[in-house]
Amino acid sequence: MEPIFQCKNLSKVYPGGRQALANVTLSVEPGHIVGLLGPNGSGKSTLIKLLSGLLTPSSGEVRVAGMVPGVQTKALVSYLPERSYLNDWMTVRDLLSFFEDFYADFDKAKAYDMLQRLQILSDERLRTMSKGTKEKVQLILVMARNARLYLLDEPIGGVDPAARDYILQTILQNYSENATVLLSTHLIADVESVLDEVLFISHGGIALQANVDEIREQKGESVDAFFREVFKC
Amino acid sequence: MAWELSAQRPIWSQLVEQIQLRIVTGRYPAGSRLPSVRELAADASVNPNTMQRALSQLEADGLVCSQRTSGRFVTEQEETIMELKKTLAKNLVRDFLTRIEALGYTAKEAAQLLEAEDAAQFRTKEDA
Repeated sequence: MEPIFQCKNLSKVYPGGRQALANVTLSVEPGHIVGLLGPNGSGKSTLIKLLSGLLTPSSGEVRVAGMVPGVQTKALVSYLPERSYLNDWMTVRDLLSFFEDFYADFDKAKAYDMLQRLQILSDERLRTMSKGTKEKVQLILVMARNARLYLLDEPIGGVDPAARDYILQTILQNYSENATVLLSTHLIADVESVLDEVLFISHGGIALQANVDEIREQKGESVDAFFREVFKC
Repeated sequence: MAWELSAQRPIWSQLVEQIQLRIVTGRYPAGSRLPSVRELAADASVNPNTMQRALSQLEADGLVCSQRTSGRFVTEQEETIMELKKTLAKNLVRDFLTRIEALGYTAKEAAQLLEAEDAAQFRTKEDA
């Protein structure tokens, strides 16, 4: 199967000289939920931004569905950024129309359905919502697209455990069989049961790419425990 | 019966065990249609690929069979299910024996303990 994304000797050096990614080579097959796991500042968001086309490589190459990230890949990739870029004066209804205009694969009915289940009203403005509700709305917008690749940067960072479960359920139920989800987090214990593959990233390099059940089988411990071992400070 | 999964062991093999239990206890009766992979995965909050792997194992074991268009079914062979039940019981007993022997009891003493405990539970139930 053609990989949904691949990187070849990919490096990113930010202006000022800090190297965020160094010579990363990897390839991910479609149809998986992949955890991008690494300590703070290891390069998780940089990799996601390169895949989404917000950053360009300093050297090496990155391909999404065989293409250089750009207009065409943006139609296939649904990206949840770490920080919101949405205007907070917008109501839920505004946001849905906004997404419908931008993305041909946005399923408005599906979005309304998810919002309704959470009892989020369409007249509510982003500004007046709690942090957790805001995060849920953003995730709903992203997951209501029928994308081939979902890039979720810290989707469960700021929400309570019940909302975390809801978010993970939403991810599980809304990605289609051939779609791929790449989600970055350092809250491994909370997500490890929904993952089937992990990428450990450390100091801008890929330390490990493995199937999660193989880790449990070979190490006799959870991915969370294994991570703590690998990244012991 | 909810899914109980520990992160310490491979999830797919725990799913195999719990589906076996559901078949043996009749929650998924012989010959019945199983929920789809995605439904099962969502219900257990696990990755669909992991659930798929568990179901493939059960298929290889002859406990479930898939029909191309209509989904997966529990085997109609009652004997296969009975056999599995015996195996599961045997494993439980073995596990129990290992632990009770570690406490210094022989198998015979353990059997007496079991009977005594069973009788005690029966009495408590009668009183209640």
